[in-house]
Amino acid sequence: MNSNMTDTGPIVDVRKLTVDFSTGGGKTVRAVAGVDLSLKKGETLALLGESGSGKSVTLRALMRLHPDSARFGGSVNVDGRDILAMPYGDLARYRGKVVSMIFQDPGLAFDPVYRVGDQIAEAVVRHEGISMQEAKKRALGLFERVRIPSPERRLDNYPHEMSGGMRQRAMIALALACRPKVLLADEPTTALDATVQIQVLLLLRELQRELGLAVIFVTHDIGVAVEVADRIAVMYGGRIVETGKCADIIRNPSHPYTQGLLASRTGHEAVKGSRLVTIPGAPPDLSNMPPGCPFGPRCKYVMDRCKTQTPPLYDVGADHFAACFLIEQQAASQSQLQSA
Amino acid sequence: MTMIIDRLGPVPEVGDDRGGPGTPLLAVKDLIKHFGKKAGFLTKAGAVVRAVDGVTFDVGKGETLGIVGESGCGKSTVARLIMQIIAPDSGDLLFDGEAVGSEQLDLTSYRKQVQMIFQDSYASLNPRLTVEDTVAFGPRVHGASAKQSITLAHDLLHRVGLEPARFAGRYPHEISGGQRQRVNIARGLALNPRLLILDEAVSALDKSVEAQVLNLLLDLKEEFGLTYIFISHDLNVVRFMSDRVMVMYLGRVAEVGPADAVFSNPSHPYTSALLASMPSMDPDNRTQEAPITGDPPNPINPPPGCRFHTRCKFVADVCKTKEPALTDVGGLHYTACHMADPTSGHPNALNAARAA
Repeated sequence: MNSNMTDTGPIVDVRKLTVDFSTGGGKTVRAVAGVDLSLKKGETLALLGESGSGKSVTLRALMRLHPDSARFGGSVNVDGRDILAMPYGDLARYRGKVVSMIFQDPGLAFDPVYRVGDQIAEAVVRHEGISMQEAKKRALGLFERVRIPSPERRLDNYPHEMSGGMRQRAMIALALACRPKVLLADEPTTALDATVQIQVLLLLRELQRELGLAVIFVTHDIGVAVEVADRIAVMYGGRIVETGKCADIIRNPSHPYTQGLLASRTGHEAVKGSRLVTIPGAPPDLSNMPPGCPFGPRCKYVMDRCKTQTPPLYDVGADHFAACFLIEQQAASQSQLQSA
Repeated sequence: MTMIIDRLGPVPEVGDDRGGPGTPLLAVKDLIKHFGKKAGFLTKAGAVVRAVDGVTFDVGKGETLGIVGESGCGKSTVARLIMQIIAPDSGDLLFDGEAVGSEQLDLTSYRKQVQMIFQDSYASLNPRLTVEDTVAFGPRVHGASAKQSITLAHDLLHRVGLEPARFAGRYPHEISGGQRQRVNIARGLALNPRLLILDEAVSALDKSVEAQVLNLLLDLKEEFGLTYIFISHDLNVVRFMSDRVMVMYLGRVAEVGPADAVFSNPSHPYTSALLASMPSMDPDNRTQEAPITGDPPNPINPPPGCRFHTRCKFVADVCKTKEPALTDVGGLHYTACHMADPTSGHPNALNAARAA
């Protein structure tokens, strides 16, 4: 293991990732179209986007949880290992041990016919080769850690005997069972009630801090991203269109899509009786992507070059990037002013 | 909407304001619905889900009543009971002063005036009907000719932002989620209803599309003089849309009042907790502590007394035995909490009484 190297460098390093799926009619759908991201130890990144933006497909690439028909491009390195080239045997040892994932629906993630405690213990036995008894002790400790009330009794529950919030806590316990370095979370609180959602978010934040985990958190809800993330990457049409520190994205959004998302929120600022600011149109169809900037057809600032060229990520501040030609244009006009 | 009525020929007096502006459009009284096995001859009663357990409220003409609450609180069951999709165990429904299902207001003419829009835009459309046939179906059933109903459907599709020339002949799977929900809205309007029940109608939509549909709903309300019951778990959306808000918890009303009063000055501890559970949106001031712990209890066996007492930080002895009634806290704002009632015997209620 290259643990020495990863102490300073990024633990997750994704370069120019593309993911293609072939559909029935011989067509291919490019779900992820060139994503770069890197994550340091102990850092939380939120991937924010709407349905079809490629956020979940990107996340799953870190565990290669795709059907065999998926075609990958670029590279995915986690903890110094190339995931896309990993043989299946290594992949089975890697999943759950180095990187683990929690899902939106904990009801589907557990096997309904086995007790929850046994499922957690099984994972530990499988990866660490310790005795079942030892593994059950570990499971009990994890249940206490995620604050499931009367944990001893709950270990013997079947998944259907738990409430939604408790099942999600149990899934977090399962994900942490083999002490992974990276935790991937795919909309883990979307199916939960508001009062339960905030409990699970706070638990994840606490565990992340205490265990020094690197976390990638996929969500469609800006509010959730702000609660958990250090950095936010906004995805649209299979690309990252803006990335930066949480506060910078919220207070100084630089991509027209991020600006539109923030403006259309029905938050405290929205005055009743007034109309909401909207982004016209609908998210793009991945099998029929427009050329150029994916957001071009919905953008109020659209220029001619947006229709043919795809904007790269431009630097807009400290560790803050946005993929929009407007930024280049503004920078050019500013430097002109300065030279004049 | 008069244009549409003309085209449908002389419509009977349904749809007119019969009770006068002071009569609530919908009055719901002591509505009860329990699901589960009832006791029969030689059989014991099984577990009963007390989905809706004595709910009373009014919806005024032209207003939007928001209903919020977590899963299992009974908000969707209330919608289905109002719509008469399921029959209540007991309770009264008065629509514009007339009892629903009575001789004055039979179910056919009632359902013409009350329409519902559901969360799942795909499941609520017939996959074998084109968009125009879907919208025209209701008027056809209620006696309009094929030509009239198609013309009406095109008018409505145009109105909800779907150009008939492009969309009329499409099937539900050929359009996006936001467009499907627009079709559902057009269908809901096709019978010229007075009350529209929106049950999580925008919850499945992407945020950028949700704002478009909310704007559309606001416009349509004004244009057609509609009354809305807007059900959602999203407090921000409910606050934006509603004139009054009703907060439900485990089959009961916890608090009801003008939206601004309920949101800026909640008087039920559950409402406060619900509001405090919303993500903060301020990266420098994140939520540090969860306002309440645990999940909502199971409605199969709701706690005795106040149903919220198991999660309430102000719980006192009286809360465990006596169920609080809705108490007036001023300004048409009511709350079902012993702390609001000086005579309840709750220790905090005395302070409230002294302060008042």
